[in-house]
Amino acid sequence: MLSETTAFLLFSAIALVGAVNVVTRRNPVHAALWLVGAFLGVAGLFLTLGAGLLGAIQVMVYAGAIMVLFLFVILLLNLDTTPFEGLSIARGASLLATAATVALIAFPFARARELRAAAVPDEPELPATAGNIASILFHQYALPFEVVSLLLLIAMVGAIHLARRPRRDEPT
Amino acid sequence: MSALLLLPTVDPAEPLLDAASPLWLTLLKSVAVFGITMTLVPLLVLAERRVSAWMQYRVGPNRVGIGGSLQPMADLVKMLFKEELKPDGVPAFLFTAAPAIAAITALSMMAVVPFGGTLEIAGRSIPLVVADVDIGVLAVLALSSIGVYGITLGGWASNSKYSLLGGLRSSAQMISYELTLGIALLSVLVAASGPEFGSFKLSELIARQAESGIWNCFKLPLGFVLFTIAAFAETNRLPFDLPEAEPELVGGYHTEYSSMRFGLFFLGEYAAMVAGSAVIVCLFLGGWHFPYLTKEVAVGWGGALTQVAVFLAKVLAFLFFFIHVRWTLPRLRYDQLMNFGWKWMLPLSLLNLLFAGIGAALGWF
Repeated sequence: MLSETTAFLLFSAIALVGAVNVVTRRNPVHAALWLVGAFLGVAGLFLTLGAGLLGAIQVMVYAGAIMVLFLFVILLLNLDTTPFEGLSIARGASLLATAATVALIAFPFARARELRAAAVPDEPELPATAGNIASILFHQYALPFEVVSLLLLIAMVGAIHLARRPRRDEPT
Repeated sequence: MSALLLLPTVDPAEPLLDAASPLWLTLLKSVAVFGITMTLVPLLVLAERRVSAWMQYRVGPNRVGIGGSLQPMADLVKMLFKEELKPDGVPAFLFTAAPAIAAITALSMMAVVPFGGTLEIAGRSIPLVVADVDIGVLAVLALSSIGVYGITLGGWASNSKYSLLGGLRSSAQMISYELTLGIALLSVLVAASGPEFGSFKLSELIARQAESGIWNCFKLPLGFVLFTIAAFAETNRLPFDLPEAEPELVGGYHTEYSSMRFGLFFLGEYAAMVAGSAVIVCLFLGGWHFPYLTKEVAVGWGGALTQVAVFLAKVLAFLFFFIHVRWTLPRLRYDQLMNFGWKWMLPLSLLNLLFAGIGAALGWF
């Protein structure tokens, strides 16, 4: 029988292998596909946690819509495989920065037991059903939600404005 | 309250599968649903060829079996024995995986489709659906958005300009029409939500239609039409079969495919049609519900089988509609397709959502 732990290990492995391959593949199409794999792994983790809605949204929005657009752009631009250019100072610096970031993230996890104890809330936990998420999102966090959607709209208008070809009589 | 609160309390040792539905039962139901779908696909292929023949005043394939009834079998045998051609320089894994993705995602959609209500037998109540998951219809949308990869990758991995253009067209088309599909679906969910929270479960959406006796296609006629048109576009059927427009793209994304690899694309397309029809029947045409076939009447094996029969009859009728449209309408031009999707379908679906919202707030439904 598929237990919680097995499922967690399985999906984590998928997500991690996918994530590592995203940054190591030289072919952009392959990298994009590994990212889809990583997203599917994360969606699986959501499902293991009993958060079906988040899992479905993860697949629909990230693995589905966004990555298809990524792939679309990669295919349209017809990007070639990038050759390995060897180590440079810039690459060495970015490796150091990566190591530092990993260490910064890993440190709290090493002491996760204490953090977990501090994070346990007093209120009873709600199951992550669509209804509960909706009532929190649209009552308690209604204003931030609307602000975020406005922000996305502004970004969209900006992107369209930048990509638009100027009319002939229009000063550039 | 923080987002952390949304984490459910789970016992790590607890198995993920529901105890009320043992593994053997789920397996049995999976086999049954798989069998039904795989029976419908060859039937559909045969119907497509014979119906098109009738519509065009031809005879159609009538040699294999009685009245051509074994033609799909002959087609399958031909595909299995053909050579598997692989063009030079294609990535082998993706080239093989692409048709599999298209077929698997389409077949998996049937898992959340309820074929009937609940079968009360031997002290056990068995829902006639493989996986009655909470996210229900969202799983269908998620699978269909993954299904796009099958076609896009098939186009890319073929290493051919026609295939690539077909793949690109299909991804652009599916993204455009997925929006309308999603918003039309949203209007159904909004209309079905009561004073308390509604449900994504197809079984509950059907139960609501059965209770009121009025199917959603009468409550939300515009939503029904929009969802159906978008479903045609999602399954790449005429008038939206731009990805495989023969005059300009040869075979589109499956130009380089032959034998069973092509067969899987073919299977995927027809399975997606079956799944699409099944979802439309569940969302808009009352699923297994039929006037006078209430929960009280449909009891035991007889009731359950009647419900399944009603459901399948509706699905078959809708599939016939799919075929009828294909042989009636000409193909759209690419700019017409995009203009229609973004300038007509999307605004209309938003209008329909507004209507559903006002209706739900005023208690019309």
